[in-house]
Order: sequence, then structure tokens, then C-alpha cells
Amino acid sequence: MFGIVSDLSRWAVPIVLLLVPLLAMLRGVNVYEKFVEGAEAGFGTAIKTIPFLVAMLVAISIFRASGALDMMTSVLAPVLSLVGFPAEVLPHAIMRPLSGGASLGIATDIIKTYGPDSFIGRLVSTMQGSSDTTFYVLTLYFGSVGISRYRYSIISGLCADFTTLIASVYVAHKLFGPA
Amino acid sequence: MVNYIWMAMMVIGVLVAAINGHVEVVTKAALEGAQVAVKTSLDLIAIITFWLGIMKLAEAAGLVQALARLVQPITRFLFPSVPKEHPAMGAIVMNLSANILGLGNASTPMGLIAMQELQKLNRGNPKEATDAMCTFLALNTSCITLIPTTIIGIRLIYGSADPTEIVGTTIFATAMGMTAAICMDRLLRYLYYRRR
Repeated sequence: MFGIVSDLSRWAVPIVLLLVPLLAMLRGVNVYEKFVEGAEAGFGTAIKTIPFLVAMLVAISIFRASGALDMMTSVLAPVLSLVGFPAEVLPHAIMRPLSGGASLGIATDIIKTYGPDSFIGRLVSTMQGSSDTTFYVLTLYFGSVGISRYRYSIISGLCADFTTLIASVYVAHKLFGPA
Repeated sequence: MVNYIWMAMMVIGVLVAAINGHVEVVTKAALEGAQVAVKTSLDLIAIITFWLGIMKLAEAAGLVQALARLVQPITRFLFPSVPKEHPAMGAIVMNLSANILGLGNASTPMGLIAMQELQKLNRGNPKEATDAMCTFLALNTSCITLIPTTIIGIRLIYGSADPTEIVGTTIFATAMGMTAAICMDRLLRYLYYRRR
């Protein structure tokens, strides 16, 4: 299973790049012209995201650097450890939706400290692999089309992240034994 | 919602820094955050330009529409507001497939194309998210990745006996998250319209 999926990942893009121009050509499309026509919008799309990303990443950066995040962690940790949630991985859980780079850094640090095959190490690996940087994705995707009213998107995103977190802790307890 | 979260992060951040006696970190953090943001956007120029070109070709070849038709039974349930065989469907499917396969580089441009197509269908306020956009992003942020390559790599570096043993647990956790995302999206949409 692992082998097949990893082969698929390796081949997916090359196959697309082989088939798409070929099929377009067979349909009588001027492939070069058409590619350039589509690609034209790339610069504008990317640049449009700048103000949105700056707003969000500045706020996250300040929140993190000020020590507010650490404070949040130290308040929540004792409460959560009562329900079997290891305090060691809490900084990761809080950081995960906010910053991809920072949460990966925390996960790496935990794996280095506790070992990849420890309960904590396996749990944080599952947490890192199973969720996405919700705030970044929302900011980027909405920003690229100039949308600043997200309606309930953040709530549903965070609910999903929270569910993923609970499920990670549950399945790690089940499969990798109690810590 | 996003207004409150944004303001809270800024205000609490500055206050906590001041109380801790190192208010100067705020200035540095703000500049650093802005720099990371601009760098991220600039890095996106290359891959977005490239994939937009490929997507235009795929559309001209009829591939995007064919893909959209193929997954119609699922997408009609998830995105009732998007006309069938609309190019948005093709882009959404491409984005989610790239996510599932762990092709981060390809999935972001596909996602942005999907957003552009969905924005074309936006009949309301152009600054406000549509139902379909909310559903799409709920799916996107909670999407299953079959092989989380980055974390497997890190486990390998630090000498794990079995770096891929977390694949199963990851798929389980993310499947739960995705289910929750779809349910919450429906529930919140219902509440949103009832409140108005």
C-alpha cells in the first residue's frame, strides 16, 4: 500500500505534464499560446495575496513572540493532562492551525527530545501529519480572490482541527499504548 | 469572526509583551511576520504561473470538464450551488487529489484556481465568502493526506525503527477531522441563514 501510493505521488505530476499537452494538441489547441494565455494571470494572483498574508502573519508573529502563546499553554496544560492529554504536545496543538513552519519546528524538537518511537513522538507525528495550517490556508485562498469576510469558515476549520486532535490522541493511546 | 481573532492576537500580544517587560519584541515580530508573508507570496508566483498555464491547457483539452463529470455524484451533494460540469469542479477535484497525494506544490495553485472559478459564481458581495467556498475550504484544510512525507522524513532522521508506522493513525485522525468539517460546514450554514 505504502509503495503504491508513494509511486503514485512520484508519477502524478510527470504524467499530467505528459498527457495534458498531448491531448490538447490532439484537440487542435495551439498549446504554447494557450499555456501562456493561462499563465498570464499567475503574477496577479500571487501578488493579490500579499496584504491578506501580511495582516495574518504579522498578528500571529506578534502573538507568538510576545509570550502570549506560552502563557496560554501553561494555563491549559494542567487542565488537559487530567483527561490524558500529554502537556508536552500542547504547544504543537495550539501552533498547528496558526503556523506550518513553527508547528513543524515544535514537532521536530519533540521528536528529537523524546525519540520518534516514544508515545509522545508518535503522537506528535500523527498530529503533524493529520492537520493543516488552517489560518494560512484560509488567508491565502480567500485573499487570492479579494475576500475579507470569511463567514463561519474559521469556526468549521477549527472544529475540524480540534476533532483531528482528539482523534490523534485517542488513536495513539489505542495503538501505541498508554504513556 | 476573523476581525475578533485578528484583533485579539494583536492586542493580547502587545499587552503580554509589555507586561513581560520586553515590549520591543513586538516591533521585530511584526516586521518578521510581514517579511515571511511577502516572501511566501513571491514564492507562489512561480508555481501559480506554471500551474495556471497547465490548467488552461487541460481545460482546452476538455480534461477538466471530464474530471468534473466523473465525480459529479459526490460534488453535487457537497456543492449544490455549483452548476454541474463547471470548471470550478474540475479545479476542486484536482486540488483535493493533489492534497491526498501530498503534492503541496501543485495543490495550492489548483486551489487558487478553484477559488477564482467559485468567485465567478459569486452573485452576492464580492468581498464575502460563498457557501461553496466555505465548503471547499472546510474540505481543503481537513483533507486526508495518504503519506505525510515531511514528518516521515523527520522520523527517519531521528532514527525511528519504523518511520511510516504513523501513516495509519494519521489517516484515521484526518478522516475524523474531515467528517467533522463537512458536518460543521452544513450545520453552520444552516444556522447562518436562519439567523439572517
